[in-house]
Amino acid sequence: MADTEETVLEVKDLKAYYRVMKGDVKAVDGLNFTVRRGEILGVVGESGCGKSTLAYSLISLNKPLQHISGEANLLGQDLMKLSSEEKRKLKMKNISIIPQYALDAFSPTKKIKTFIKDMVKQHGRRADKEFMDKVKTRFEIVNLSHSVLDRYSMELSGGMKQRVVMLISSLLDPDLIIADEITSALDVTSQRYVTTLLADLRDEGIIGSAIFITHDLATLYQIADRIMVMYAGRLAELGNADEIVHNPRHPYTRALINSLPRIGIQHKDERLTGIKGTPPDLTDIEEGCRFRFRCQYRTEECDKSPKMEKTHQRHYIRCWNYESVGSDKNE
Amino acid sequence: MGKYFAKKLVIYPATFFVAVTINWAVPRFMPGDPILSMIAQFQGLEGGQQIIQERFIENFGLDQSLIIQYFEFWRSLFRGDLGISLMIYPRPVFDIIKSSIIYDIIIVFPAVSLSWIVGNKAGAYSGFNKKADSFVMPFFYFLASSPYFWFAIVVVYVFGFRFGVFPTSHAYGTGMTPGFTLPFIINFIRHWFLPFFTMFLVGLGGWAIGMRNMIIYEKKANYSEYMKALGAKDKLVRRYAFRNGVLPQVTGLAIQLGTIISGAILVQMVFSYPGLGYRMVQAVQTQDFFLLQGCFLALITMALAANFIVDIVYMIIDPSIRASYEEEG
Amino acid sequence: MSFWNKIKKNENIYYAVTNTKVQIGVVLFLLILLLSIIGPMITRYSYTEFAGPGYEPPSSDYWFGTTIQGRDVFTQTVFGLRSTILVGFIGGLIASIIGVIIGLIAGYKGGWLDELLMMLTNVVLTFPTLAVLIIVAAYLPYRGIVNMAVLVGLTVWPWTARAVRSQTMSLKNSRFVDLSRISSNHIIRILFEDIAANMFSYIFMVFILQFLGTILATVGLEFIGLGPTRGISLGLIMQQAVNWNALELGMWWWGIIPGLILTIMIVSLYFINTGLDEAFNPKLREF
Repeated sequence: MADTEETVLEVKDLKAYYRVMKGDVKAVDGLNFTVRRGEILGVVGESGCGKSTLAYSLISLNKPLQHISGEANLLGQDLMKLSSEEKRKLKMKNISIIPQYALDAFSPTKKIKTFIKDMVKQHGRRADKEFMDKVKTRFEIVNLSHSVLDRYSMELSGGMKQRVVMLISSLLDPDLIIADEITSALDVTSQRYVTTLLADLRDEGIIGSAIFITHDLATLYQIADRIMVMYAGRLAELGNADEIVHNPRHPYTRALINSLPRIGIQHKDERLTGIKGTPPDLTDIEEGCRFRFRCQYRTEECDKSPKMEKTHQRHYIRCWNYESVGSDKNE
Repeated sequence: MGKYFAKKLVIYPATFFVAVTINWAVPRFMPGDPILSMIAQFQGLEGGQQIIQERFIENFGLDQSLIIQYFEFWRSLFRGDLGISLMIYPRPVFDIIKSSIIYDIIIVFPAVSLSWIVGNKAGAYSGFNKKADSFVMPFFYFLASSPYFWFAIVVVYVFGFRFGVFPTSHAYGTGMTPGFTLPFIINFIRHWFLPFFTMFLVGLGGWAIGMRNMIIYEKKANYSEYMKALGAKDKLVRRYAFRNGVLPQVTGLAIQLGTIISGAILVQMVFSYPGLGYRMVQAVQTQDFFLLQGCFLALITMALAANFIVDIVYMIIDPSIRASYEEEG
Repeated sequence: MSFWNKIKKNENIYYAVTNTKVQIGVVLFLLILLLSIIGPMITRYSYTEFAGPGYEPPSSDYWFGTTIQGRDVFTQTVFGLRSTILVGFIGGLIASIIGVIIGLIAGYKGGWLDELLMMLTNVVLTFPTLAVLIIVAAYLPYRGIVNMAVLVGLTVWPWTARAVRSQTMSLKNSRFVDLSRISSNHIIRILFEDIAANMFSYIFMVFILQFLGTILATVGLEFIGLGPTRGISLGLIMQQAVNWNALELGMWWWGIIPGLILTIMIVSLYFINTGLDEAFNPKLREF
């Protein structure tokens, strides 16, 4: 829960496109949101909606991904305007990431402890006994034996690697950590474990706040304070987790919630619903609401891009017709 | 690791076995019976042909069955009896090999080690600096594409004759007596330099290209991305990439040894440098069959020994092999 | 989908054609190939005749100069190029075929067959090729272009086998091959249509390397005097140059120019190969 009003990250109209041969892939096209200290913001959406691109644009902007316009203020500093050295200093200490490729995140020829010591020295800290003791405490928090320190990554199981990555990424107590699809490659029990671990780290004050990126809404609901639903590079709806899940106002959010399988209901009684159609190609995409081709509430107005509106306290939506959607209680 | 070792231990004897068999089989099964034609060479000698013929029959066991010949061959091998040179009669082949092999080692070993080390560094530098890359790479490609002997010819011309800085043939000057005297040592080194230099430069090209490609690949690996995402400076990322790129370069060394030794033979020809390669070609030209056989076996043994050393080194530096050892143990 | 359709659909071809290294390499190689085809036709001399005075440096009469006896180096070079390229092509073809077949079988079948084939490959790999070639070539009563090419081809295939095997192994586990299996296609069909079609670009690159590998090995043999018994070859030209002390006499054109042309040809092939590697492998494409 957000215990202070301190804003850790403020993203204003952020645009980041992939500039490739066939054109501009508008993967992040005007995002606005904030993350407060103590908060876990969930970012959810279909594959290709831009959620991972959001992570890359904050941490590692590599060609062909380019920043087009907009700001991303981390504790007052605009990440997009910093020099690479200034930005480098913020990494791991103020903003950190748990990447998608945890299983492949380590150099095969270095022991875990060597990696930790090297990385920590990069940020001017000494890996002395006192520090290593703190590292060992963290190992206990993530339920790993100290012996892992002397191992190479290939000797560890997938679950262990995931935990080591979480440990290292949060080692310097970052103000904001981005968890990019950290549960996607795991089994259900590990998913549960890793998700809860993230919340625990926040509760212990080890991480200041988090952005939890995933396509799995059900997992997200367990720990997210607020949820941002993305579609095709843009915001669909952003608000309190409970509200999003129990009272979705955007047609896409509703469709997403409705397509979740529910316990106790079998296929023969009630079929799973999907969302008809496929996400649009984001290359040089034109104006207009990007969901309109799959939306049952579409009107003529939807050919113009909807503006972001505030429905109530910290709840935003981009849809011309959300009021009528909200009153329509058809499931 | 046990399994890794076991596989290696089988390959070496197997290769040696094949080599010996080839050595034994080739003259016997080639069309045109080379042995007879060799005996025919000595037709001119009065009564000499008789002796040579008897010697041949004795050594080749031509009056015995093929199988017995084969086993006899192995037996004499283990006794260290490789026959007697026809060209430098009656010096034992084993003797000639013993005195020639040192010349191979002093050229090949330093040249390969140095070209590998320097080549890796140069290739890594090229891999990390795009600007340097486009300047430097064509040069390395040129070196790597040069046939060993052609490059030797160029070196001989430029440094030997045009600029007259170094001597261009043999291991030491005529009239010099071998010994640990300073003038001899200097003379020896001067004769040594150009062949060494040739092998060094040509090898350098190949290693540089290999390492540069490895670095480019490692730069984009997930672990590199992770390190950068966590704020590692370029220097650290490079260190990690280099360490990973070195592994396949060690394997590459083992694979290239055959080519390198082939190159050494050619370089020795250009410089008349009296190593095994030079002797071997001389043996062909004078139809000195025993010497040819002996040199071939010696070269193969050298190649196997070098391979073995490289394999051990690889085992030490690749954690995945050590790791599986710990698991088994 | 048939073999050829699969290849045509490749966007890789676009990248291959626009790659600078490939372009430079192809141009250089074609120039030299042209030289080997047209050269013998436009030269005034034959490679054995005494075209003029010896010791002549390059001039308008003798483009690459003359040898000590007065033979025209240009003529010798272009005829020698023909022989060398032919050997490289035949030997490269043989080596590629052997290597691909062994690599495909070892990679696809795995198990003991794989172990056996890899052991064979390693044994051949360890041998210093030239040493083996010397021993065999020394006893061949007649050495022609074809049997030299075959001989060399039989010793250089291991590299291909290893490379093809590892590619096969990674492709074997990919999804679309599994689909083929499910549809009960005969194994030969799977091997060729699915795996080989995807490896076509790879096999092409492999052929280039075998081509130049064969050439280097052959030229080495020629230099020692174990080249084709008749005719002229690049290695032979250079051997003669060295034997007649050309360098000492300052006749650099005799020993160095033929080898330079050879080296440039090999550089061009490496360029093509590296360029194709960049084109076909997205990870290597720089943005």
